[in-house]
Amino acid sequence: MFNYLLRRFSAVLVILLGSTFLVFVMTAFAGDPLEEARLINDDEQREAKIAQLTRSLHLDVPSPIRYLWWLRGVAGMFIGKLNLGGSREAESVVTSLSDAIPTTLRLVAVATIVAIVVGITIGIVTALRQYSAFDYSMTFVSFLFFSLPVFWVAVLLKEFGAIGLNDFMFAVTMDGALIDWQWIVGAALLVGGLFAGLSSGDRIKSLKTFAIAGSSTAAVMLYLSFSHWFATPAIGPVVLAALSVGIAFMFTIISTGLSNRKALYSSLTMAALGLALYYPLNIWVFGEGFGYKKLLLLAVITIAVGILNGFLFTKVDRGPVIRTSALTAFSVAGLIILDKILRSVADYSSTDAINGRPIATFSQENSLLEFTDWTMYPDTSKWWFGVVDLLTHLMLPTMALLIISFATYVRYARLSLLEVLNQDYIRTARAKGLTERTVIMRHAFRNALVPLATIIIFDIGGVLGGAIITENIFGWRGMGTLLNRAIGTYDLNLLMGVTLVTVSIYLVLTVVIEFVYAALDPRIRIEK
Amino acid sequence: MAKKNKNAEETVSSENAIESRETAGLSQGQIVRRRFVHHRAAMASVIILGLVILFVFSASGIHLGTKENPIEIPGWWRYSMTDIMDKETVGCPEDLPGCITANHPFGQDDIGKDYFALVMRGAQQSIMVMLVVGAIATFIGTVLGAIAGFRRGVIDTTIMWITTFVSTIPTIILAAVLGKRFGNLGVVVLAVFLGLLSWTGLTRLVRGEFLGLREREFVDAARVAGASNRRIIFKHILPNAVGVIIVSVTLLMSGAILLESALSFLGFGVTAPDVSLGSLISQYQSSFNTRPWLFWYPGAFIIIIALCVNFIGDGLRDAFDPRQKRRISAKERAQAAMNRKNKA
Repeated sequence: MFNYLLRRFSAVLVILLGSTFLVFVMTAFAGDPLEEARLINDDEQREAKIAQLTRSLHLDVPSPIRYLWWLRGVAGMFIGKLNLGGSREAESVVTSLSDAIPTTLRLVAVATIVAIVVGITIGIVTALRQYSAFDYSMTFVSFLFFSLPVFWVAVLLKEFGAIGLNDFMFAVTMDGALIDWQWIVGAALLVGGLFAGLSSGDRIKSLKTFAIAGSSTAAVMLYLSFSHWFATPAIGPVVLAALSVGIAFMFTIISTGLSNRKALYSSLTMAALGLALYYPLNIWVFGEGFGYKKLLLLAVITIAVGILNGFLFTKVDRGPVIRTSALTAFSVAGLIILDKILRSVADYSSTDAINGRPIATFSQENSLLEFTDWTMYPDTSKWWFGVVDLLTHLMLPTMALLIISFATYVRYARLSLLEVLNQDYIRTARAKGLTERTVIMRHAFRNALVPLATIIIFDIGGVLGGAIITENIFGWRGMGTLLNRAIGTYDLNLLMGVTLVTVSIYLVLTVVIEFVYAALDPRIRIEK
Repeated sequence: MAKKNKNAEETVSSENAIESRETAGLSQGQIVRRRFVHHRAAMASVIILGLVILFVFSASGIHLGTKENPIEIPGWWRYSMTDIMDKETVGCPEDLPGCITANHPFGQDDIGKDYFALVMRGAQQSIMVMLVVGAIATFIGTVLGAIAGFRRGVIDTTIMWITTFVSTIPTIILAAVLGKRFGNLGVVVLAVFLGLLSWTGLTRLVRGEFLGLREREFVDAARVAGASNRRIIFKHILPNAVGVIIVSVTLLMSGAILLESALSFLGFGVTAPDVSLGSLISQYQSSFNTRPWLFWYPGAFIIIIALCVNFIGDGLRDAFDPRQKRRISAKERAQAAMNRKNKA
């Protein structure tokens, strides 16, 4: 193990050296940092400026030597004095980067995780329902997404997503407006069509599915509209109870099948426990003093309780029961948190800083929020406002970034599962008389994930590139903005800083993915 | 249960029968061509893309060569992208001169240029980028991949290290650096640089194919018969790898269109006075509310071109994939079953 890590680490170092050298030399060759100075009209001033810049940027030194100087600063990392030089505005690159990295990582991480979960789910459903209307339409949608320019979508999202939704929220909150009937009809048709496309049966069965799914969607939306749900959104204990029980059943069906009664009862217990703790949590825990640390602690406790619960429920074949119970516990806790966040939205929108228009189109946070008069909002602590603020700002850029990777995951998940389903061991599994659930979840799904691990690496490179464009449009102060500035002014040190970080992230992920590989495919051994 | 299985077996064998009867006596190339022609989305895309290219290039003509001795072939559209006219007021709302009229079907831009001519120019640029990047990346990727896979050893290791160096750098960083400096030299120069950055994936693929193919019996047979390395590479290995290369290149080409437009959007690609679809969108993203057509038309052209190329790539992938099975309709299946029964 140690040998392997050492070998991987040295390979990563060599790649880092090679790639950064390439960027440095190419930028030094292509870039002209004197561009602006050359435009000065007065001969004397121009010469003086050029001489001064040449001195301060060491332009008279060949670029490979300057690269070595830069490298010396990077090597300072090992003695705790990382020095990436100063930008042309004479600020430390390390400082600029340490402000920018969390912003960009937040964006990229959320977009990637959502894309992986949603994309793989849809990809798998399309593979299981091959040649259905749903399959065809998702294939078309993913090709469309492949062909959409990110910046174009981002501008559209800004115009339609943000402004449209904000107008709606404003109207609902301030004037008690109802949802337009066109939207309800549209949503009903969409959901109905989706389910009808999924159903594998004759025309009458499809029509029936369409009618049921469509009308129930319309009913839910009408209820939400007339109860003015959007003015004060919340899940509420009743719906929460229904959802929790649904989650318990869903995880049991996916993870062990309903015939495993122990798993079902243990996950139902977790759902009940979550519901019992709903009011205590809201009254005593979520108030003043709640923050990321407590949230993390809560998550750990939830999973621990889930595991313990599963452990207590059965003595034989504990693994699946524990897994189901822990997953249920985690999801129910997530729902309770989501409920709290939703209930903070109304107060959040009513602050002076937001003024009833919660979806943000610019910057990564609302800097006016901290000037809110907190005495007006006694039930909600400041931290929850921060969370809502974070999410409303993340929403649109994440959707724009999703466009890039979502389609990739749908296509490859579908392809990969179809390929696996054609294998002989799937036929064997079916011939053994295993249930379809076991065949798909245990034999097919897991094997289909192996090739997807490679796609994730390629995709993250693309998403990092996309983040540069998205940040530019949504005015985030992240690495994309730094890169923009660096290229615009030929700021070599700044550019190298951004390159170093992106390449390092990419390389670290490559190593992580190798471990994922090994976990998914027992034939691959890391120690070799 | 047993009956069901038997049915399934029969279905499989009849499908194979249909499949093999269809391909009997055809060469590999003929099979591929036939499969591609049967891929409806891909065929439609070929036609649409062909029409778009014809339309775009004939509308504004072809302008090549240097400033001193230009090669100009005029198009059928009455305005060029450099004509500055007064904004139309007849038929437009009072506060919105230069809107869509019969004279200017895409409206006019801020200084009165005909927007149709500008969009046509932008679409030309996108197609040029697609072709140039495709050609350069195909050449470099195939040559490097072939050498690495065929020679193996030290050469292979060296080439693969270089590939890794280039591929770990996010393309947009190097592309933006180069585009900022050379973008003003015109879209072809920019495309050459983009091509110089986008060969890595293809190199890996071709190398993998070559590594596998060079161990096959037919290559041994050729060698025993005294074929030179050159002949083995060009006559025996390359034709077998051509499917992988074509599919990968089409996807690369649609990626190149998006990359160029993104660079021009950020201001690191094609710069004024020349235009590209990306720079047009960037310029008019703020006039979305008042004159949305200035935003929609360039975007629509990017999407149409990229979508067609992607569908063509998908059709090619299906056509080249030997495992790919056509969906056999119920009618054909019944027909096959009938034939079998008659025979029995």
